[in-house]
Amino acid sequence: MAGQKSTLTWAVHISVAFLVLLWVFPTVGLLVSSFRTGDQIGTSGWWAALLPQEQVVQFRTLDPDDARVPVGDLFVVEGDIFEGGEPLDIAAYGTSSRAVGAFEPGEVSEMGEGETLVLNPDGSYVWTGTDDQISGRGQRIFATVTSPPEFTTANYEFMLLDERNSEGMTRAFFNTLTVVIPATIIPILIAAFAAYALAWMDFPGRALLVAAVVALLVVPLQLALIPLLKLHNEIGIGKGYLGVWLAHTGFGMPLAIYLLRNYMVGLPRDIIENAKVDGATDFQIFTKIILPLSFPALASFAIFQFLWTWNDLLVALVFLIDSSGQTTVMTRQIVELLGTRGGDWEILATAAFISIVVPLVVFFAMQRYLVRGILAGSVK
Amino acid sequence: MNPALQGLITIIVGVGGCVGYFYLSNIVLDRFIFPPKAGDAGRNIRRAEAVRPWLFLFPAMFALGLYLAYPVFETLRLSLSNRLPGGRSEFVGFENYAQMFGEPKFGEALRNNMLWLVVVPAASTAIGLLVAQLTDRIRWGTVAKSLIFMPMAISFVGAAVIFKLIYEARAADAPQIGILNAVWLQFEGGIGSFLFLRLLPIILFLGFAAILAYVAWILVRPILRGDGGGAGAVIGRLFAALVMVWLGAEAVLQALDVATFEFDYGQPQTWLTIPFWNNFFLMIVLIWIQTGFAMVILSAALRGIPEETVEAAIVDGANPFQVFFQIKIPQIMGTIVVVWTTITITVLKVFDIVFAMTNGQWETQVLANYMYDKLFRANDWGIGSAAAMIIMLLVTPILVWNVYNARKEMR
Repeated sequence: MAGQKSTLTWAVHISVAFLVLLWVFPTVGLLVSSFRTGDQIGTSGWWAALLPQEQVVQFRTLDPDDARVPVGDLFVVEGDIFEGGEPLDIAAYGTSSRAVGAFEPGEVSEMGEGETLVLNPDGSYVWTGTDDQISGRGQRIFATVTSPPEFTTANYEFMLLDERNSEGMTRAFFNTLTVVIPATIIPILIAAFAAYALAWMDFPGRALLVAAVVALLVVPLQLALIPLLKLHNEIGIGKGYLGVWLAHTGFGMPLAIYLLRNYMVGLPRDIIENAKVDGATDFQIFTKIILPLSFPALASFAIFQFLWTWNDLLVALVFLIDSSGQTTVMTRQIVELLGTRGGDWEILATAAFISIVVPLVVFFAMQRYLVRGILAGSVK
Repeated sequence: MNPALQGLITIIVGVGGCVGYFYLSNIVLDRFIFPPKAGDAGRNIRRAEAVRPWLFLFPAMFALGLYLAYPVFETLRLSLSNRLPGGRSEFVGFENYAQMFGEPKFGEALRNNMLWLVVVPAASTAIGLLVAQLTDRIRWGTVAKSLIFMPMAISFVGAAVIFKLIYEARAADAPQIGILNAVWLQFEGGIGSFLFLRLLPIILFLGFAAILAYVAWILVRPILRGDGGGAGAVIGRLFAALVMVWLGAEAVLQALDVATFEFDYGQPQTWLTIPFWNNFFLMIVLIWIQTGFAMVILSAALRGIPEETVEAAIVDGANPFQVFFQIKIPQIMGTIVVVWTTITITVLKVFDIVFAMTNGQWETQVLANYMYDKLFRANDWGIGSAAAMIIMLLVTPILVWNVYNARKEMR
């Protein structure tokens, strides 16, 4: 019985480890790729990046016209393929593109009619042949070399710091920030007052309003796109930051009221009634008692709204981004890049990671509140 | 003006305006409109108390009304009319709907959305439940959950890039940089291919079918015993059991299909262009994101199950599977429904993933992206609004159910 139990425990550990790896693997792939050059990404999968890379590199010997030396009735060209660079490990070499790994380093390759070439493990070579054979251009050598794993921050420099790069993420990053901060802070305050009224003030129609908030919680914002765009154009806001702030405020309102009201209802009745007996007005009760006590719920909603506005594409496309392209946000920029730079993974991975890193930091720093918000938002 | 500065001013004006509004309106109410003067002090205080909630509510109600309630009706109106030059519009009845239903792209979007609606909530909830149960008792469970929860923070667009890298295909003689093709090329029809591409999927499909059959049996058994509850409960149980049986039968058919399918060994696949199956490659992205959400809620629900019920079952000789399916699951059924419906709503609104990965090409269109296409590419507000109304219609049952539950709870 005990033995059976421990095998079961092991099975659980292994299954969980497997699932966690499966879930983390995609993101790690993006992260690793963003630190590799385009060449590296193209020649091997990112999972191989942590191991030494094996790749075939083409070299050419020195030009026979300049470098050949007569030895007896033959001619010889000697040199070093790594001349001036870092020596690498040579696993194999060849002299024809059809057999790039035909010979071991140090082995003599016969190229027909007495012409030979030797590539030594240290990169030096000796090319020997007749007057005719050792002429024209230098002989090609295909060497299979292994290079140590190599990472670079050049992609990030290119995408964030290079001012000549018209596809850079800097502008989009700050635009996103400009959208997100007001769109997170303003709804909280408006919703908090409404939530207090719905939780602790008595008035006819309260239950109906709560029901309306619950109903609006699931109304797809897709319905709001055209009517509101029309409205914004009619009242002169048009496309721009003001419009997107207002839209995010409106769309975030049901969840904000719902979360905050559910939390405030649970606050102890005694405190509020004592304060009323002591002559505090509703306004004072709200600002001095309810708001500080509701901090966890406020934080939960703030994280939700932050993640949602930061990651949003649709609302920004409809209410913010005009044809000038000056107000593009990161999600939009990435979609553009997917279209124009489809195969350039060093660009795409870097751009995507720049947009992902801020939410990830917020997520790991404030996970507690996010979990609490999710539980309050759906279980009740 | 610099947008950052504009943002800062907006925050100050917005926050200051809110605080100022609430503060001043309260003062105006108390000092000027209904001042508690000698004589009618009591009456004025009561009147002020009756008005005050509406002062607190007004900005929020205004925002809700203008940004969510009004658009529902305006979209309904737009879906029933055609735009005329000069900003006017004419009422055309259901013409837009009729035209939309005639379009093959709309049928495709509807079909795909139904597929999404079945697969994504089911898979997310099932995997979320599995992870919640597995991590419940192990010491590093919190870390594991946190890592599986992480994709929640990643945008759909970011996730689209992540998974496009996974699905990337290069020419057959070039090194594969997409992990899926790199793994795929390892298979060449030998014993490994048989184990992983035929036997394993068949076992998974049949196992899935077995679980569904088992759940259907649990649902039907009380009726056969004669204690299935009222007529509504019996109908609900039978319907749920029928859905389970249907899905189970589909799973068995899939298992047969896998057994005879001709695999294209040795050829890198462009996964996102294979009709029908590419939908699943898109769904994986959403499942990857939503599983953490399901896990968090279900994990809390599992923790909330009273220990005694589980212990009693173990004392009575129930094995772990019986404990899980017959003791734990029934107790958290309400939570499972909540998770399922919440993910269903997310699925109905899914736009970014399809927009960024395929943009509806290769038969992957979904309703939200179809609607966007109509509204902003074809500039056809009538059909676009009609498509939006279809999404609204699909959400409505959940909306009614939520309101019903909320009202029950309020009482």
